Amino acid sequence: MGDFAFDLAHLLSGLMVVVSMVLLYQDRLTAMLNVFAAHAMLLGAAVGWQAEVQGAGHLWITAGIAFVFKGIVIPTALHAMVRRLGIHREIETVVGVGPTLIAALALTALAVLVVMPATEYANPLAREDLAFALAVVLLGLLMMITRRNAVSQIVGFMSLENGLILAAAGAKGMPLVVEVSVAFSVLIAFIVFGVFVFRIRERFDTVDIGTLERYRGEQQDGA
Amino acid sequence: MTPLLITPLIAVLAVPSLAVAVLVMSADYRISAALNVGFSVVSLAAAVWLLIEGPFVTELFLVDDFNIYLVLLNAFIGCTTAIFSAAYIGHELETGRLTPRILGLYHAMYQAMMGAMALALLSNNIGLMWVGIEVATVSTVMMVGIYRTPQALEAAWKYFILGSVGIALAFLGTIFVYVAAEQQLGGGLASMAWTGLKASAATLDAGLLSLAFVFLLIGYGTKAGLVPLHAWLPDAHAEGPTPVSAVLSGLLLNVALYALLRFKIILAGNPATIPVGPVLVVMGLVSLIFAAVMLYRRSDIKRFFAYSSIEHMGIVAFAFGMGGPLANFAGLMHMTMHSLTKSAIFFAVGHIAQVTHSQRFADIRGLSVSHPGLAVAFAFGVLAIAGLPPFGVFVSEFLVVSSSFARQPLLAVPLAIGLLIGFGALIWRLQDVLFGTPNPAYAPRQASLLPVYVHMILVLVAGLWLPDPVRRWFETVAAQLG
Repeated sequence: MGDFAFDLAHLLSGLMVVVSMVLLYQDRLTAMLNVFAAHAMLLGAAVGWQAEVQGAGHLWITAGIAFVFKGIVIPTALHAMVRRLGIHREIETVVGVGPTLIAALALTALAVLVVMPATEYANPLAREDLAFALAVVLLGLLMMITRRNAVSQIVGFMSLENGLILAAAGAKGMPLVVEVSVAFSVLIAFIVFGVFVFRIRERFDTVDIGTLERYRGEQQDGA
Repeated sequence: MTPLLITPLIAVLAVPSLAVAVLVMSADYRISAALNVGFSVVSLAAAVWLLIEGPFVTELFLVDDFNIYLVLLNAFIGCTTAIFSAAYIGHELETGRLTPRILGLYHAMYQAMMGAMALALLSNNIGLMWVGIEVATVSTVMMVGIYRTPQALEAAWKYFILGSVGIALAFLGTIFVYVAAEQQLGGGLASMAWTGLKASAATLDAGLLSLAFVFLLIGYGTKAGLVPLHAWLPDAHAEGPTPVSAVLSGLLLNVALYALLRFKIILAGNPATIPVGPVLVVMGLVSLIFAAVMLYRRSDIKRFFAYSSIEHMGIVAFAFGMGGPLANFAGLMHMTMHSLTKSAIFFAVGHIAQVTHSQRFADIRGLSVSHPGLAVAFAFGVLAIAGLPPFGVFVSEFLVVSSSFARQPLLAVPLAIGLLIGFGALIWRLQDVLFGTPNPAYAPRQASLLPVYVHMILVLVAGLWLPDPVRRWFETVAAQLG
């Protein structure tokens, strides 16, 4: 049991890192949303497995929220939004795919190199999970930096939060308060983001964040 | 734990929650502005009650010398800002910059932010504190974007992205602290309680704690506006409504710094962890000097004072990084004095922007001729924040500099240079605003300056004579901070 529990937990969180990388080179919004749905469903499975192994009933709720809410509800809503805005082909990257993926590999290596020595005495099940979770967080950050489209920034941020929940689930016995609050914050964040996307669209006829830069107050400065 | 002790705590947290529920439904802006003031006054009364009941600890909440004074300061400034906000919003409606429809949301978000900050300050649980700061961030995002202009949307978007990423990294740091504690304290709520973490700090895994602090520093440091994590701050201050600028500068920055200091106490309890002090000293000095230099290039009055807030958070971070009873005392006092003075300045700036119809220094001239009362109030605020005696900011800055001379004389040099650069910019801009020929188009508005004067009198009194209980209070907390 011990070895199998260990291996499956690794497989699931490792897969999340891989899917995070896949997210990075999507060039169409619809495809990106599908990959994100897979990311969230993997999170659901990973958290569910932690619930089983740790015997922590409350983690099933977190797994359910990840699977249903982030894996199904939010991608569906974002698909609808993308259709309504007619932007399914628009992805503006700041950095090319090659350099992005090399950066992604470097960040993953960094996550492992940073976490493994620091967690020498921690629960081994939590240890690798934390390393992978940090990698997912860093890849989410990278995605937010390399994309200028508002919808892809939302997806980058949510994949970052998936990494946080993976880390929280790996930390044995972490109280429920936190998981639920994270789920709620995602909900709130989503509403806020959604509102803003529509507002930006109303104002500028685009969701390219680059357009906003024209309006930066700083440019009036220096007089 | 007797129920009597808990009651004021429940009141402090429940009043804003109730207020949110009521204000979301309120349709008339006059009623909602009045309700906002009313709820803020009740919150202030609850905070005073909590102060009287004194320190106690429960599983989820903690009231001690450190947080109670911040809770009281928050409730007080929250109250005066609500009073200022009522007048300010009325004028914004007249000029059509805001619509009555949106004000229910505005007032509800104001109370949500106040409640979330109280939760963050009072929780004895690092997860719950994180929730408080997250909710405060989201509610201020909504308020920053309320004008719906392209600039406001840009500012809100930037604030949201940077704030969320920061807060996400802070959560990761929180998880690492938990993992470190779980090995010793056995998981569950006990491993997330400040009291437990502090008591067993020496036995926790130093490597994990150090790693956690890196994330906590980036996360909460972003919220505290420390350079180089400050990018959201000037935009959010400049484009949001002025009452929001006042509470952002006066309160939210403090709460983020408070969170960092709590973690600093834990790390200080474990000699094998990375030294936190030098990191804070460096970030503080960089913030101070960078912001002081940037002051000269600002042409927008709200952006100018936003950079001044970065400068002062730098001074506070420097003081706490230096450590020791005197520097900590100075840091605590500076935090308080800055909050009171900066929110008063933003009140005055709000009135100035309304009478001159502009936030640009180029359009603001000769207020001492056209609006003498407003000019005097503004001048008091700016002279105080510039660090001139006899105001309280002078005393705290003097203490920071002298404690630095006593401990690390070499560091006092850049500190003093930064303070002087900032001083020059403030006096230069003050002259611009006060003197010259006023534009005849300025609105002849009679502003209520009561909140400004209340704050300035407190700062003045603190500069001349710090009451004994307050002094002892600062000393106790300063000793606790190590």
